[in-house]
Amino acid sequence: MSKPKVGVFGFTGCGGCQLEILNLEDQLLDLVSAVDIVHFREAITEYSDDYDIALVEGSVTTKHGVERIEKIGDIAKIIVAVGACACTGGLNCLKNLYGLEKAKDLVYGDKKDWIDTIETKPIDKYVKVDYMARGCPPNRFEIVDVIRSLILGRKPEIPNYPVCVECKRNGNTCVYELGMTCLGPITRAGCDSRCPNSVSGCEGCRGIIDNPNVNAQKDVLEEYGLTVEDIMENFNLYNACKKIEQK
Amino acid sequence: MANTFSIEEENVSRVEGHGDLVLDVKNKKIEKLQFRIPESPRFFEAMLVGRKWDTPSHITSRICGICSVAHTYASIKATEAAMGINNINDQILKLRKLIFHHECVQSNVLHVYFLAAPDFFGVGSAISLVDSHPEVVNIALRVKKMANDMVRIIGGRAVHPIRTVVGGFTKLPTIQEMHQMKEMLQAAYPDLENSLEVLKTLDIPDFERETEYISISDPVDYALYDGNIKSTDGWEIDDQDYLDKINEKVVKHSTGKHSWASRDAYLVGALARFNNNYDQLSDNAKQYAEELGLKPLNYNPFMNNIAQFVEIVHSVDDSIKLIDELLEEGLDEDKAIVDVKPKAGRGVGVVEAPRGLLIHDYTYDDEGKVEKANLIIPTNQNYANIEKDLEEMVPQIIDKSEDEIKLACEMLIRAYDPCISCSTHFLNVKLVNK
Repeated sequence: MSKPKVGVFGFTGCGGCQLEILNLEDQLLDLVSAVDIVHFREAITEYSDDYDIALVEGSVTTKHGVERIEKIGDIAKIIVAVGACACTGGLNCLKNLYGLEKAKDLVYGDKKDWIDTIETKPIDKYVKVDYMARGCPPNRFEIVDVIRSLILGRKPEIPNYPVCVECKRNGNTCVYELGMTCLGPITRAGCDSRCPNSVSGCEGCRGIIDNPNVNAQKDVLEEYGLTVEDIMENFNLYNACKKIEQK
Repeated sequence: MANTFSIEEENVSRVEGHGDLVLDVKNKKIEKLQFRIPESPRFFEAMLVGRKWDTPSHITSRICGICSVAHTYASIKATEAAMGINNINDQILKLRKLIFHHECVQSNVLHVYFLAAPDFFGVGSAISLVDSHPEVVNIALRVKKMANDMVRIIGGRAVHPIRTVVGGFTKLPTIQEMHQMKEMLQAAYPDLENSLEVLKTLDIPDFERETEYISISDPVDYALYDGNIKSTDGWEIDDQDYLDKINEKVVKHSTGKHSWASRDAYLVGALARFNNNYDQLSDNAKQYAEELGLKPLNYNPFMNNIAQFVEIVHSVDDSIKLIDELLEEGLDEDKAIVDVKPKAGRGVGVVEAPRGLLIHDYTYDDEGKVEKANLIIPTNQNYANIEKDLEEMVPQIIDKSEDEIKLACEMLIRAYDPCISCSTHFLNVKLVNK
């Protein structure tokens, strides 16, 4: 069997997802030898537009970006969205929440017409996304697992239960007990509850699980004398696009 | 011979983010030279408005995956200055300096070995280096892993740290982890020595252009985390007063703003730090610098790569010193974080990101929510200087082939390690034939 041809593509984001791929350290060389990386602008000068699998990081936030993602959609057999910006729109959606025109005025003033920018959207608003390696930054081992699964022709296993499950398994004290707020009850696991492990509340960077038990989250809030408003600031960090969509 | 040509290169690769260089030469004279950033702007200054005081560091960390620690601390320092927090203890400071060192090492390794070295070895990428120079790749991966692990242990994660918050740390490393870090650092020396031998063989382009070099500076530390803002043009100011010297403007061909201070352009980054703060380097790092022919003041932008390597050596030396001090004093969880009482006010946080001077400037309202934010990013500050360098370098190499000119331009831009995702992005060389 020939090696799958892989392209790695960056859209609007911080580049941290591609960095997490480079941060695979011990596994990087194995990964590089298992696939044929034909397009990776951050790391390789040569590139080709013939690829089977596209790993895409970043959100679509420009007209030019729309053209690029649609072209990737035409070429790739499988598209994997990597990281919060690609999967949920991530932090970039805070721009929409602030208001696109207002944001242009604030940052670029009377020069704003020079700037190509549109409402932020996650990539599945433009192309069919087959799998998502979520998070900000994504869990690099999950990226490897997705790629390994694709090479073996099986479906990657992405958790559809909340971060609380992992957090309890890790034996952490609930951060609500420490007077913090946390989106763990409704956020998709797969990060090994890394923020609560560091005594910080989950900010929901992996997005919300498919059927969130919203009542459980409300019960937790009530138990600690908090309201939904108290967690909206954190909810909006990575899920503002979803909130705007539901309005 | 290329008397008349134009280069238009889109997405100069191996630079994080995206950029273009447009170069139009007629009869050996440059008609047009623009280094531009056509990338999507992110609007962080807007995203921050209305956010509560404990979130800006989490948001701005996401400006750049490679400089996430630097953005985190520029943000934290701005917030702490605005809230009037002046009781950050020695333990917190030392741990902050420690994590700072290793973001710098992470980034410098990535740049020197993976992004710039392929040019010097004449191969297309770090992935090609795996076949051509496996020993170099292995050194790079080991040193990078060491730095990643340092940031993971102190920050809770290698990219976008978790434990680093306004007031201190949510969790401290254990004593066992401190010893583990020290062992990792000591184990890096053979790789640094071998790297030195490799770097001595590189043929660094011989190009100089005198310009202004700006960085932060401290009388004792080789300043990364804290210091005054200092220039090789002879001025030094308190970091809160940055607006007295640093100016910015929007230019049409780039979403990244251009900056200037005493003259039309200035340089920030490893070479600026080296030029301003040579005296504060460890003796070992000075020795490495000497063997590589790097002395202050150095005006060759290609030597930025060498300065980055010298900084890796200094960071390893200084980290061992910091860990020894922390171990001697003992770690105290009760001193991990100080109280924060939100209040209205303005504060400025200035640090050295791996790519250079980074400034966050926030104004908070009575509830501790951001009213206004201004961010000045290293890569933006270098754009104007990169253009000036190219304007001077291209005529000097005009008799070479188009491919050679193109490669030289790319290498020059890459020497600056422009992190375009910062502003948010990077590089295509266009030679345009008309």
